[in-house]
Amino acid sequence: MIDKFRDDLAEALDVVWSGATIAVGGFGSSGRPDALLNALSDLDKRDLHLYVNNVGDDFTGVGRLVREGRVRRITASFPILQEFYDDYFAGRIELELIPQGTLAERMRAGGAGVAAFYTPSSAGTMLSDGTFPLTYDGEGQPASFVPAKETRQFNGRDYVLEYGINADFGLVKAQLGDRSGNLRFHLSARNFNPLAGMCGRVTFAEVEQLVETGDIGPDDIHLPGVFVDHIGMTAAPVPAH
Amino acid sequence: MTYTDTSTQVVGRTRDEIARAVAEDLEDGYTVNLGVGIPLAIPRFIPEGVTVFLQSENGVLGLGPHPGAGNEDPDLTDAGKQPASLITGAAIVDSATSFAIIRGGHLDATILGALQVSETGDLANWYVPGRNPAVGGAMDLVAGVPRVWVCMEHVDRSGRPKLVRECTFPLTGHRVVTRVYTDLATFHFEDGRLVLKELAPGVTPEYVRERTEAAYVEDLAR
Repeated sequence: MIDKFRDDLAEALDVVWSGATIAVGGFGSSGRPDALLNALSDLDKRDLHLYVNNVGDDFTGVGRLVREGRVRRITASFPILQEFYDDYFAGRIELELIPQGTLAERMRAGGAGVAAFYTPSSAGTMLSDGTFPLTYDGEGQPASFVPAKETRQFNGRDYVLEYGINADFGLVKAQLGDRSGNLRFHLSARNFNPLAGMCGRVTFAEVEQLVETGDIGPDDIHLPGVFVDHIGMTAAPVPAH
Repeated sequence: MTYTDTSTQVVGRTRDEIARAVAEDLEDGYTVNLGVGIPLAIPRFIPEGVTVFLQSENGVLGLGPHPGAGNEDPDLTDAGKQPASLITGAAIVDSATSFAIIRGGHLDATILGALQVSETGDLANWYVPGRNPAVGGAMDLVAGVPRVWVCMEHVDRSGRPKLVRECTFPLTGHRVVTRVYTDLATFHFEDGRLVLKELAPGVTPEYVRERTEAAYVEDLAR
């Protein structure tokens, strides 16, 4: 019988190496896997490249990793946190800014075995033409740029080539999970979680409630356990507004 | 080009009146995405008997208002991360499906604010150089939604026109805007040309012309 439940999810997370690429679920604090993100801090992981929609507006989760200087690069659409931008303009962190729909589709594509795809989003803008600063030099000047993206016309319209994301690890949060790793999300806390789970080579899921395999009906599973390697209880409190 | 100080301007539509003008143009059964700023006021002005579904890019179709103090659910927010509710018939999807809806042309309209709109329909609304860059879903929305309606003040705080020949702020999308609603007037893009369709009460064509850098033609009813 498959049992992916880990009493100590943080201990299982110790397989993450410094320098790893990690896809993270959540939209703001909604559905953000704070217990797993906090464990990365506690385990002293560094030099991380995170694929995540937001850094957030507080110092939990991704914000804590950023404040502790553990993140080398963020690939995101809407970082928010001022301290993140301070680090970016000071040359301490790299920002690959991409449209939100592009981030979601890149995760989905990577998880689905699609190497790359063309999207109209960002065509003809500084997010595709090679002028967006990836890093600053600390003196207020760009030090490097996100490379220009290949564009191609289809039916007379410009599209941008974007690559699927295959992250070393995926971190997700779900309301409900079973011992086989089947997950069910709640309302808009679903957001990027199924996609981050798909594109992680090894995916960790923290859940609010654990049930036995079979207790979630097959039609009610949002992300099947085939995408999930380790499951444990969320230790973080549900974020308050 | 005359840059007029409009800080004491009293003519034209208020922000709520801009929202009302847009709301009255929404058709029954539309599914729309609303940006921050003036568009967020639109639901209050949707006419009786007209049903409009609101889509939120974090995966909500059928978004309702703030649920009221004590009823907030951290697992249900709008695109601005504020507590939200659902209306009858709502559906939840993941972010990839949410943007399939957006990019795939399945919404009827996206209504958003702007820094500038050019006379060819280019939109700049995501980034002021020197400030913190963040794009969210703006580029996906304008790339995929058939009706891109902009709500904005006609001029900026310094009195400079926001309807321009060419955008000087970084673009969100090329030739994507289909309508512009300002405090002074409503414009449509027709066959690639900017057309003045309606003046706000008390506003003259000359008043609009003095405050508009973009080239446009007039096609005012009556």
